[in-house]
Amino acid sequence: MKMIWILALKELRDGLRNRWIASAILLLATLAIVLSLMGSAPTGSVKVSALDITVINLASLSVYLIPLIALMLSFDALVGEFERGTMLLLLTYPVTRWQVIMGKFAGHVLILFIAIFAGYGLALLFMVVMSGGDFAGWQAYFTMMTSSLLLGAVFVALGYLVSVLVKERATAIGSAMGLWLIFVVLYDLLLFGALLLDKQQVIGQKLFSTLMLISPTDSYRILNLSMSEGVSQSAGIAGIASNAGMSTELLLSVMLLWVIIPLTTTLYLFQRREL
Amino acid sequence: MAEKEVRANNIISLESVRKQYGKDTVLHDINFNVQAGESIVLVGHNGAGKTTLMKLMLGLTRPTSGTVEVLKGNPVLSTAVEQRLSLGYLPESVAFYDAMTGREVLSFYAALKGASQQECSNLLELVGLSDASKRKVATYSKGMRQRLGLAQAMLGDPQLLFLDEPTTGLDPLLRQHFYELIDKQHKKGATSIISSHALSEVEARANRFVILKKGVLVACGTLDELYQQVSLPTRINLKVQAGQASVVAERLGSDARIQKVNELDKDGLTLLCSKQEKMPLIRYISNLGEVVQDMQVIPPRLDEIYSYFMSGATA
Repeated sequence: MKMIWILALKELRDGLRNRWIASAILLLATLAIVLSLMGSAPTGSVKVSALDITVINLASLSVYLIPLIALMLSFDALVGEFERGTMLLLLTYPVTRWQVIMGKFAGHVLILFIAIFAGYGLALLFMVVMSGGDFAGWQAYFTMMTSSLLLGAVFVALGYLVSVLVKERATAIGSAMGLWLIFVVLYDLLLFGALLLDKQQVIGQKLFSTLMLISPTDSYRILNLSMSEGVSQSAGIAGIASNAGMSTELLLSVMLLWVIIPLTTTLYLFQRREL
Repeated sequence: MAEKEVRANNIISLESVRKQYGKDTVLHDINFNVQAGESIVLVGHNGAGKTTLMKLMLGLTRPTSGTVEVLKGNPVLSTAVEQRLSLGYLPESVAFYDAMTGREVLSFYAALKGASQQECSNLLELVGLSDASKRKVATYSKGMRQRLGLAQAMLGDPQLLFLDEPTTGLDPLLRQHFYELIDKQHKKGATSIISSHALSEVEARANRFVILKKGVLVACGTLDELYQQVSLPTRINLKVQAGQASVVAERLGSDARIQKVNELDKDGLTLLCSKQEKMPLIRYISNLGEVVQDMQVIPPRLDEIYSYFMSGATA
């Protein structure tokens, strides 16, 4: 455990040193505040709190942004150290390979935790102050932050998988971007495209729900859009999803699996890697 | 019995080790043992397999066949973590985390090895990096990186040192300083494995040499043992009375025991003879009388022995 902490702390310090954390906080806080200002316009007719609207807007944005941030953080984690030669020396120290992976993972998740909770937290504070102390809907907001962290963890793990598979950093950047495109854009596009073309309705609601569920980004979306009464009323698809029997536990488990599977695969490949 | 006892003292033992990368066999059937306190030098041309051999002993890569045992354990297993506590490694052209300062790098490695911050300061002082310790490693020169590399290898008072071409990029003074550090560690009972191209530098410092050629261990032993294996001539330098060089040369030139006589100037000459004929010849020369004023016997040097093994004179 001590080794993992030492390695995690190194990653955290790297994040502080290169202003990575500071920039991420600034980016997330600014976006959240801008969205909250824009989002307060339609509140009038629908009876939902300003925070609920912001959760919908932020979740829709985070689903693009958080994976991107997480992949940028992780794609270099292994291939970078192989390429520069620092891994060679590190592995002659009294650390096991799984400790190296878990240490990096803990460090990167910690960085994301700070960035998300400080960035979105600042925005939350801003909104509460602006609305004269209206806390209504904070639970949904909190869930949004927590699930954003989980979404980040998913893409950190996927980034490691890319990082252990490729031979060069340049390939890792390309592959990470490809991964982002598939998970965040293409999968949904194909899914909805198939649905539109499916005139015979071969794809039933059950299959469609399952296809949505197995994607970590869709799980994240559904989770946040169906979170609170107020949110699910104002978000279109969410109602469908919650009716399909997707409990919060199920959605979280799916995302957790998306962390565990790439991470263990990375570990397996890293163990077999010769230096 | 005796054999078993020797085995028990082995700090490193390689048995029929073969290493293949794809279709390329980089090491063929390597057998050799290292005992505690020894100082071993690995020599060989570029690509002879020195670095691969070190990586095998460090557990960074696994042998295709054969067994590697270091400090009584298999270095590739996760249980080797214990052994790595008492191990120091300086890779060839060492790389560090460039964004960190020298001090931060060393502190990070010290934490992993359970070494104290005080030890970091001492080591930085010892390698002469105290003043530069607050600077980023990216700004370091090659020599400074090498010194930082040495400092990290010395963390935690290692019992076993692996140094891959440690003195490249160091100026002569630093080289000397570097060997003093290694000697200090030897006095504490440490074992060292050094790979080097600087043969004249390591000649007097190692007690055993391992010569690798295209992945084959062609020779292993002390300088004297290697000398016995080769048929290289011994050189004898003579200083004779002024103007007598040609006379002596003529006299010795007819002697069948001498392979070659070279007249250097009017009072100096050089003879080459086989090691078997060396002693009889020395006795004979001593009997020549006043005319011979001084004599120097020079056995083949490591670089000559090395060239001999490299030239393909062996199977």
